[in-house]
Amino acid sequence: SRAVESQSEGQCAPVDSLWRRYSEFELLRNYLSVTYPHIVVPPLPEKRADFVWHKLSADNMDPDFVERRRIGLENFLLRVASHPVLCQDKIFYSFLTQEGGWKEMVNETGFQLKADSRLKALNATFRVKNPDKRFTELKHYSDELQSVISHLLRVRARVADRLYGVYKVHGNYGRVFSEWSAIEKEMGDGLQSAGHHMDVYAASIDDILEEEEHYADQLKEYLFYAEALRAVCRKHELMQYDLEMAAQDLTSKKQQCEELATGTVRTFSLKGMTSKLFGQETPEQREAKIKILEEQIQEGEEQLKSKNLEGRDFVKSAWADIERFKEQKNHDLKEALISYAVMQISMCKKGIQVWTNAKECFSKM
Amino acid sequence: DTSLAEVNSFSPSMPISPSSMINQYKFEDGPELRDLFITVDDPESHITAIETFITYRVVTKTSRGEFDSSEYEVRRRYQDFLWLKSKLEEAHPTLIIPPLPEKFIMRGMVERFSDEFIETRRKALHKFLNRIADHPTLTFNEDFKIFLTAQAWELSSHKKQGPGLLSRMGQTVRAVASSVRGAVKNRPGMFTEMNNYMETFNQKINLLDKIAHRIYKEERDYFNEMKEYGPIHTLWSASEEDIADSLKGIASCIDRCCKATEKRMAGLSENLLPILHEYVLYSEILMGVLKRRDQIQGELDSKVDALANKKTEKELFLEEIGKLEDKVERANNALKADWDRWKQNMQCDMRSTFTNVAENNLRFYEE
Repeated sequence: SRAVESQSEGQCAPVDSLWRRYSEFELLRNYLSVTYPHIVVPPLPEKRADFVWHKLSADNMDPDFVERRRIGLENFLLRVASHPVLCQDKIFYSFLTQEGGWKEMVNETGFQLKADSRLKALNATFRVKNPDKRFTELKHYSDELQSVISHLLRVRARVADRLYGVYKVHGNYGRVFSEWSAIEKEMGDGLQSAGHHMDVYAASIDDILEEEEHYADQLKEYLFYAEALRAVCRKHELMQYDLEMAAQDLTSKKQQCEELATGTVRTFSLKGMTSKLFGQETPEQREAKIKILEEQIQEGEEQLKSKNLEGRDFVKSAWADIERFKEQKNHDLKEALISYAVMQISMCKKGIQVWTNAKECFSKM
Repeated sequence: DTSLAEVNSFSPSMPISPSSMINQYKFEDGPELRDLFITVDDPESHITAIETFITYRVVTKTSRGEFDSSEYEVRRRYQDFLWLKSKLEEAHPTLIIPPLPEKFIMRGMVERFSDEFIETRRKALHKFLNRIADHPTLTFNEDFKIFLTAQAWELSSHKKQGPGLLSRMGQTVRAVASSVRGAVKNRPGMFTEMNNYMETFNQKINLLDKIAHRIYKEERDYFNEMKEYGPIHTLWSASEEDIADSLKGIASCIDRCCKATEKRMAGLSENLLPILHEYVLYSEILMGVLKRRDQIQGELDSKVDALANKKTEKELFLEEIGKLEDKVERANNALKADWDRWKQNMQCDMRSTFTNVAENNLRFYEE
């Protein structure tokens, strides 16, 4: 374990510095994603409030939202710190320990260049001829996970909204019962105290739904994790494509070389036709060409070898991290589901208590 | 009301208070006391050239001497119930006549001849007749007896006799007019109290009615969203291995919550909503009763005033006044007795209905 001096992650900082802080987190994450493409990098919490139900404000400055985001950022750092590979990264370490100049340090690593090209490639569409089945399946899974969690979160928000309505309208009972009890003699006491319980009932929903927000945040983390998972798959696809292109290029160069050497034209080419029509090259020119090609082929073969190696390494370490991630995901989600069930049970217990009390009051009317 | 241990031999389960010796009958009286049993059931649709309407079967069983037979079965339509109600109001202007279900309820978007509407109406008509049967005075009303026993053609011809619609309308108009003229001068304090009470009660019961409907609506909306919530978890479990069972478990729990919500909603619509609605109607009826009492008193007062001015024809006047005074007193007593009785019943009804709501909610949360 390491002594982690947590930076003040926008606790009592004024608005301006909070935003800068968030952007520094973003910078850190981008750096990690680019530097460790085979790792499922933990996600950041949402920048803007999403999946809100009506009572929660969608305002990013709302203190509840800010607090929940702060917790999310802390959680992000904990995830990175507990990752066997990521925790050893120097930039991460200095993020936690170095006040000034951290940004410059990150930029000096030059990861931006890699980032730009990778980013372009990730967004491009291309077809891989021999996709790795496992990665294809994983990509499908991550798409499904993303879609199902976001659907779930949306419906949960709507359910929360409705539940809020049911509870709050009961509060009106409290008020009217109290007013009514004023004109009643025998029924008055019962009505009045029942009304009080209705108020308690109506007020209880606020805490209940606040707790549920934590559950929603846990699910959201995995919604964003699904994106990270998908990114790894895409990077692999990219590598594979790269590899295939390199191999293709090598093959065509070899072919060209052969054609030049033997003088046979196997494939039709305009150049070939024109040279036939307008005169062939001199043997010296041909020799020169062959030599260049042979050099290129040599380079190409070495590159291909290293690319293959790179690819195999990537697959090996990616798959190791994916297994780790799967276990973490199953564990975390199971716990989240259990805690959700516990929350529901506690909500029902509160309900039972309130209505038992109310029933007693009613029967005394 | 837990104050009294003394128990009346007539109503072994209900304690009575000294001020309401007159009120010996309650809606929930044991079968040994009742001698008139009425049920309303079997709605049937009738189609004629002019109209389509529903009749209900009214079955009466009785041991009373004044009835020729001990069992009767007749068919009545809503119009007939309206007729009965207006006859009762005419004969007993200061008694509290139970409410009838309304002609056609716009709220809830129920079709005029939908099963739901017909069933709701049937239940309300059943309650209406039984409340009359349980009323110490109304139960012996002649028109009531005819309603329960006469065949269709007999009822028609009987209806044609007696003061028509216009005279009844006139009575109501006079009653309203006299109350518009300002509070009756010599209204006994008791009735002013009742008026004040009714005004507030009317307000509160209407509010409660609205609140209860709103809660029903919110619960229904909640139910609709929950219906979608469960299946998402099942869908998700299809992509998972390790956590598939947990997800399926949650999905099935959510579905059970849905069913429990349905039950809770049914409880509301079968119990609380109809009762609140009845008491909304009751509060209007009671306002009317109070106005009619005021009107009768007004007649007396104006005659007394006239007497003060006309020194001659004293005797004639005195006789009239005497009669009116009697009338007023009887009206007052009737109202008072009825009022107490009504309040007791209302308390009982409210108590049981809200307790029922609480129980339903308990059941909901337990499930």
